Amino acid sequence: MSAISRFLTSRWGPVLTGAVVGILAPVLVKLGNPGNMGLCMVCFTRDIAGALGLHRAAVVQYIRPEIIGLFFGALIGALAFGEFKPRTGSAPMVRFLLGMFATFGALVFLGCPWRAYLRLAGGDWNAIFAILGLIAGIGIGIGFLKIGYSLGRNHPAPKAMGWVMPAVMLALLALLLLAPQFGRDASGNPTGPIFFSEKGPGSQHAPIIIAIIVGLVIGFFAQRSRFCTVGAIRDVILLRDSHLLNGILAFIILAFITNLILGQFHPGFANQPVAHTNALFNFGGMVLAGLAFTLAGGCPGRQLFLSGEGDGDAAMFVFGMIVGAGFSHNFSAAATPNGPSAFSALTVIVGLVVCIIIGFTMRERKA
Amino acid sequence: MSEILDARGLACPQPAMLARQALQKLGKGTLEVLVDSPTARENVSRLAKNAGWKVEVQQQPDGSVKLVLNK
Repeated sequence: MSAISRFLTSRWGPVLTGAVVGILAPVLVKLGNPGNMGLCMVCFTRDIAGALGLHRAAVVQYIRPEIIGLFFGALIGALAFGEFKPRTGSAPMVRFLLGMFATFGALVFLGCPWRAYLRLAGGDWNAIFAILGLIAGIGIGIGFLKIGYSLGRNHPAPKAMGWVMPAVMLALLALLLLAPQFGRDASGNPTGPIFFSEKGPGSQHAPIIIAIIVGLVIGFFAQRSRFCTVGAIRDVILLRDSHLLNGILAFIILAFITNLILGQFHPGFANQPVAHTNALFNFGGMVLAGLAFTLAGGCPGRQLFLSGEGDGDAAMFVFGMIVGAGFSHNFSAAATPNGPSAFSALTVIVGLVVCIIIGFTMRERKA
Repeated sequence: MSEILDARGLACPQPAMLARQALQKLGKGTLEVLVDSPTARENVSRLAKNAGWKVEVQQQPDGSVKLVLNK
């Protein structure tokens, strides 16, 4: 066990993790997940928000077991190696906002960085503009880091606080399995409290047990290897360190090969699954997401894994993502496969303004 | 007297970024970096080793780690 961990914290850890993600994500598509959406932290939290009734976009409602598995995989990794340390106090409210705005941006593109790489590996060339936007957003975030941006230090918290997030995830698992229904309205539509899509992406999913096992494996690997889809780009630009980037390259290459083998590689711009072709919005949405992720210290997957280590600030980011996904659909900010929605542009602009204010104003207070 | 950088409680990438700036400013000598997360410990150690610094790890009583970087 400790030999595996040593390997995962070595320079080969991110590469192995990326390779595992690259193989398993397309397999989840083969087993039922939506196209190029074997894993997507933002799409999946959006589906969870919908399942909980926080938005009523009927085609994207499902409690994605992958998220639950990823979380518990990271928790197990942290517990097994003495890295479960409840902590908080590093501007949790700002992190909540950053989680919201990162989600606003990502849902204009229709995917988080994980899915951007998966879309690229599936031949969806719209992802190229999104990845360029992601790099631009990360670049802006680095600019703020260089002039002293900081959300301040976290502090050790009581052990009990570290168990809040596991309890939330267990509750989600129970709601997934039980899917309580309190009745139907006059038109015959379910009134909740849990909503599962009957058509569209939310209705497409791999078997629950497989999705959870894949999540557990990836969550464990990612926690041990500190895998991060935003840190990969950030560290190359800021620190000239390609440690994490090697993992992303392995991820994209293996996903490409797996897609080829499974007959899921369809190159082109048009008619890609759960995607639109507006390059400006694909770029702009991910500028916002990249900036928000960088200001928060990592990609949405990394935030989920950190929350599994007991990081209460990262948990606030995850809650911000879920709430943000609700707002994003309720306010017609999220794009659809037809293109940007009525308020996509306004949302991205407001998000950028807020993140830039955060970047200029948040500094560590000296005692 | 060596310089001390307290990076405890800071999120990525700040411990590595601050350590890199401090090492570049120092050129050679000794820098002590306090970290309290395994990620920060690994990132600062990797960055220092890549820049030719020797890294010594000292466990602290409060559970944090002192990285003594020498060149």
